[in-house]
Amino acid sequence: MLYLDNSATTKPYPEVLSTYLKVTEDYFANPSSLHKLGSEAEMLLNQSRKQVATLLGVQQGEIIFTSGGTEGNNLAIKGAALANKHKGRHIITSSIEHPSVLESFKQLEEFHGFNVTYLPVNGEGIVSLEHLEKAIRDDTILISIMHVNNEVGTIQPIAEIGQMLKNNQNILFHVDNVQGITKVPLDLKNANIDLCTISGHKFHGLNGSGVLFKRSGVDLLPLFSGGSQELQMRSGTESLAGNVALAKALRMATEKAAKRGQHLENLHKQLRVKLMNIEGVVINTPLKNAAPHIINFSVPAVKAEVLIHFLGEHDIYVSTTSACSSRSKTNSQTLLAMNKPQDIAKSAIRVSLSYESNEEMILTFIDTLSKGIEKLMKVMR
Amino acid sequence: MKFDHILIRFGEISTKGRNRRKFVDRLKQNIKVVLPEYTNLEYEGTRDRLYIHLHGEDHEGIVNKLQHIFGIQSFSLAIKCESDLSKIKESALEAVKGLYKPNDTFKVTAKRANKQFPLDTNELNYQIGSHILINTEGLTVDVKNPTINVRVEVRSEATFITCFDYKGAGGLPVGSSGKGMLLLSGGIDSPVAGYLSLKRGVELEIIHFFSPPYTSERAKQKVIDLTRELTAFGGKINLHIVPFTAIQEKIQQQVPENYTMTSTRRMMLKIADKLREKKQALALITGESLGQVASQTLESMVAINDVTNTPIIRPLITMDKTEIIAISKNIGTHDISIRPYEDCCTIFTPASPKTKPKLEKVSRFESFVDFEELINDAIENIESIEVSQEQKDEFSSLF
Repeated sequence: MLYLDNSATTKPYPEVLSTYLKVTEDYFANPSSLHKLGSEAEMLLNQSRKQVATLLGVQQGEIIFTSGGTEGNNLAIKGAALANKHKGRHIITSSIEHPSVLESFKQLEEFHGFNVTYLPVNGEGIVSLEHLEKAIRDDTILISIMHVNNEVGTIQPIAEIGQMLKNNQNILFHVDNVQGITKVPLDLKNANIDLCTISGHKFHGLNGSGVLFKRSGVDLLPLFSGGSQELQMRSGTESLAGNVALAKALRMATEKAAKRGQHLENLHKQLRVKLMNIEGVVINTPLKNAAPHIINFSVPAVKAEVLIHFLGEHDIYVSTTSACSSRSKTNSQTLLAMNKPQDIAKSAIRVSLSYESNEEMILTFIDTLSKGIEKLMKVMR
Repeated sequence: MKFDHILIRFGEISTKGRNRRKFVDRLKQNIKVVLPEYTNLEYEGTRDRLYIHLHGEDHEGIVNKLQHIFGIQSFSLAIKCESDLSKIKESALEAVKGLYKPNDTFKVTAKRANKQFPLDTNELNYQIGSHILINTEGLTVDVKNPTINVRVEVRSEATFITCFDYKGAGGLPVGSSGKGMLLLSGGIDSPVAGYLSLKRGVELEIIHFFSPPYTSERAKQKVIDLTRELTAFGGKINLHIVPFTAIQEKIQQQVPENYTMTSTRRMMLKIADKLREKKQALALITGESLGQVASQTLESMVAINDVTNTPIIRPLITMDKTEIIAISKNIGTHDISIRPYEDCCTIFTPASPKTKPKLEKVSRFESFVDFEELINDAIENIESIEVSQEQKDEFSSLF
C-alpha cells in the first residue's frame, strides 16, 4: 500500500497506539473522581497538558483539550466572537479557510448578526497584509487566518499579521494550525497569536483528539455547558487516552521534524520536479511559501475521480482537493479563489507526505500516475 | 557560534571575607546538582568568579537552569582566548558573527586588568572594533545604545570575551545558611515562605500534616508537586508527611471548639520541632502573615509559639496577600496551590476561632490528654519522600 493522503489523516505511530491502549486499560478512571484512581488519572492528564504546553512553548493553563480541529476552530471562533460581541461585531477571515472556519463565520453572520469580511488571496493563495490592514475597522474583534492551507499547502504570513496586530488590543487573532503543526515552525508567542487550533490525527495521534491554545486572559463562550472541565472552556469527561496519545504523538512528530525536516523538503522538491515532467500535469502548489508535505496538481484532461480510482486499483491513496469536501462534487474553492480556471479547479489532486515517506514511494507513485494519465487520456479523448 | 564557557558573577558572596571559599564551594555544588545530564562540564572557582567550561555541551538548557540558582548575580556566555591581540580580534569577531542580525549595532568595551598589556583600552576598543566592522556586513557602530556590547577583559592568564548578560536569581547559595524545616500546608503562602528562605541560603526540609481520610491523596500529591516546584531553586528536598489524623481527632474531642485551631497549631509546632531536632536543622519556617487569619494575630502567635524556643522564620510576616500571590505566580506554585482540596488547616475549622486566645487556657485544655504519646507515635510513622526535579517515573513510558 502506498498511502499519500497524510493531510487527510495520518497513520498513528505504533508507540502512540500502545500508549492509548495502556492508558485505556490501566487508567480508565474519571479524572474528576475524588478517589485515588481518579487522582492518578488526573495526574496523567496534567502531565499530558504539561508536555503539550512545553512543546508549543506556552503555559499549561493555556492548553484546552478538544475533540479535534473542527471543534477547536468552532470553539475559538464562535467562542471568541460571542464572548466579545460587546466590543464590536466585525470579524475577518480569508476565503480559503477550512470549512470548519468558514461555516463558523457564516453561522455568526446569519444567526448572530456579525459582519464578516472574507479576504481574497493572490494567485499563490496568499492573503495580502495590505488587504487585511484595509479590512480592519474600529469594531473588528476577531481575525482568523490559517497557517498552512489544507488543499495546496501555501503558508500564510502569520508572524507578520501578528506583528501588525501587536498594538491592537481589540482584535483577537486565531490561527488554524491543523496542517502546519510539526511541518512548518510557528512561534505562537512571538506571532502574538491568541488562539490556535491543532488536531491529533494529523501528526500520527488518534482522531477525536485535539488542542486549542488559548492565551491566558482571552475570553471565550464555551460551546458545551456542563461539568467545567478544561478550564471551564470544554465540559465533558476528558478523553484521557486520546489526550495522552496526542501528547506523545506531538513529541514524536516534533522530534521527527527536527531530524527529517530536510528529508521531507527534498522529497517534496523531487516530487514537484517529476510531476512537472509528466505531460498534461499542471502544478497548483506555488514554488515559494509552501509547506513541505503537500503538493496539489491538476490533470485537466482527466477527471480527478477517475484518476483517484485508477491509483486506488494500484493500492495508491491520494485525495481530490481536501478529504473533507471531496464528497460534495464542487470544484476546489481554494483554487478558484487563487484565480485558477474552472477546469483546473475541477481536476485537482492532492498528494500529502509524512516524515515516513521515502524516495521509493515517490518513484512508484510517479510511475503509476504517468501510466494512468497516458492510458486514461487515450480512452477519454 | 560556539561559546566555550559560562562566566558566573557572585552577588552577596562578594561581600564575604575569609569564609568566602565556603560560599563559592556551596554554589558550585548546587549548580552541579541541577545539571546532572551535562556530563562534560568542568567547573573552576576563583575568588571572584566561577567558570563552567562547556566542552561542547549545548548552552541553552544550562542557561535556563542557572537562572534559578541563588547566589548568582549575573552570568554570561563567554569565549576564552590567549591574551594576544590577533587572537583577541579573531575571537571577538567570531562571537559577534554568531549573534548579529542585519542592521544591528555594536560597540567594544575593553577592560585591561593586566596593565602590562601593550595596548591601552582606547586602542584595544579601536583595534577590535575595526576588525569586526571590516569583517561583517550590515553591522555598524553605536557607542551609546548598541544592540551588542562586546566586552573584552584582558587578564594576565587569558582574555575573556562576552556579549550576553543574563540576570541571576541573587541571594545566597542554598545551604550556606544552614537548614530549616518548612511547614507546608498546600496553600499559597507556605511555598512562598520556602522560596524566600531558600533565597537567603537556607536548605529546606518540608513537613506536611496529613489527615486521611479527612484529607485526600490529591492533597498529598499537591504538596509533592509544590515541593517539586521548589526543587528548581534548591535541588532535592526531603518531604516528611506526618500522620496527623489521631491528633486532630483528639483535639476535636478534648478542646473547646473556639480553641481547637490554637491547639492544632501548637501540636504541629511541637511535632515540627521534634523532627527538626532529629534532622539537625536550626529553624522552623512558616508562611504566616500578620493578621491574615485567626491563628496569625500576635495574641495567637504568643499562645502557639509558647511550645518552642527554636527560631521561627516567618518570611511573609509583613506582606500583603497580593504581594504573596505575585511571588507565588512568579515561582510557579500558584496554580498548584489553588487546587481545591481540603488540607490539614482547612478541615475542622471552627466557625469562630479565637483571635485572642489565652495561653493559660489552651495549656489547661491540653493538660487532660497525653498528647506526648500521640506526638511520638506520629513522628515514628512519618513517611519521608525525597523529591527532585524528575517526575515520578511511572508514567514516563506513556509519553
